[in-house]
Amino acid sequence: MSYLTKSPWVIHYDASSCNGCDIEVLAALCPGYDVERFGIINTGNPKHADIFLVTGSVNEQNIHVIKEIYDQMIEPKVVVACGVCACSAGIFHDCYNVIGGVDQAIPVDVYAPGCAVRPEAIIDAVVQGLGVLDEKAKALKAQKKGA
Amino acid sequence: MGKATVIPFGPQHPVLPEPLHLDLVVEDETVIEAIPQIGFIHRGLEKLVETRDFNQFVYVAERICGICAFGHSMGYAETIERLMEVEIPRRSEYLRVIWHEMSRIHSHLLWMGLAADAFGFESLFMHCWRLRERVLDLFEATTGGRVIFSVVKVGGVTRDMTADQLERIKTTLEGIKGEYAQICKAFLNDTSVKNRTVGIGTISEADARAQCMVGPFARASNFDNDIRALGNGAYGDLEDFSPILDTQGDCYARVKVRALEVVQAIDIINELIAKIPAGDVAVEVKGAPAEGAQTSNVLEQPRGECYYYALGNGTKNLERMRMRTPTSQNIAGMTTALAGCDLADVNMIVLTIDPCISCTER
Repeated sequence: MSYLTKSPWVIHYDASSCNGCDIEVLAALCPGYDVERFGIINTGNPKHADIFLVTGSVNEQNIHVIKEIYDQMIEPKVVVACGVCACSAGIFHDCYNVIGGVDQAIPVDVYAPGCAVRPEAIIDAVVQGLGVLDEKAKALKAQKKGA
Repeated sequence: MGKATVIPFGPQHPVLPEPLHLDLVVEDETVIEAIPQIGFIHRGLEKLVETRDFNQFVYVAERICGICAFGHSMGYAETIERLMEVEIPRRSEYLRVIWHEMSRIHSHLLWMGLAADAFGFESLFMHCWRLRERVLDLFEATTGGRVIFSVVKVGGVTRDMTADQLERIKTTLEGIKGEYAQICKAFLNDTSVKNRTVGIGTISEADARAQCMVGPFARASNFDNDIRALGNGAYGDLEDFSPILDTQGDCYARVKVRALEVVQAIDIINELIAKIPAGDVAVEVKGAPAEGAQTSNVLEQPRGECYYYALGNGTKNLERMRMRTPTSQNIAGMTTALAGCDLADVNMIVLTIDPCISCTER
């Protein structure tokens, strides 16, 4: 990924995170790391978002919420699992109400481990996600031309 | 009056960093009733005491909540120390309180930022989080972590602070004070901010008492229940400690109480740094909690009183660990404050209780 023509917008959902990763997602957007200067905006609307940042693991109560947000997002879209709970359920993997990582509910493109995930790791994952987004956009375009 | 309509609010909502679902029953623009639904973050971690031994569980307790992380590890460790009758070195008690008050500063600044975001004051939000980064830098320098520290253990703390580090904390916090005063001015004197907060979501003192509200939410309604005044641990060595109270009970009062508590926390840290005794920071803890031994403990977290209960069974694993966290106490107060408010004020009221859902649901 050498350049981008558009700034991606992100949507954040706290699956069953302890908040640690959530506040780091916000910290990445705020002064200090300040990715908003590149036009990366945290939006509350799934239809506006290109990148879905999920923190925390999946449980029985929120699995349908995660699927719903993912379904509402418009192609091309990228899912980034932020923090070790989102990757594999981490320290809570044997809790009775935890199903597992986010990949149990929706396809995940980039995994960003850490407890709590550091803002640098989130930024790194989002940058990787941009590459995936680019590829997906190209594939969509090719598909449309072919059709 | 029109027909009652139900508007679902959450679990995914721009104003909420955490999932909470409210069914808002509205008539025209007025909220008649708010019915909360929780459980989106329930992990069931209290049950993990059966598979993790009491030393390992400190790290699970810390991950109850990423904002009050230090408070939970401290509260849990204090409970186990009380259960096993372990006396920890005075220096480690001081260090714990210094870190805990730093967490209070970071938690309140975080909350003030989110509140500013809720009433649409984006630059104020950014300024609060900019100051908060400086506190997180202090955490990183002294513990190695930004939000999860893993620095508390049963029997003390795992790291000491050098004189240089203590000095750095002091100078950084003094440096923050000036900029913080400007932010406070915006929160407390700005007309557009006051329009969103004054007289909104008022809770009377009687209601606050009847619903057992805790923390700054209750103190804004003149309900004095600050656990720090009991003088547990190093809090007992403070010259004088008087909780910050307000009588109005509206959103403005809640902003004000938290705004002043940040300054109070800086003063507490300065006082403790001046007084901190030398010595070890941990003692070795041997054995296991006795069978049937039980104890309880309270700690004033940034969001209010948190209650811990532990029951031993003679093994390294506890029989039962129970926490009652501040937000679960405050949800009743929140629904009372929401009844009768304007629909546009819902996000302000929900935020001013400083909800911490991952604490509530564990």
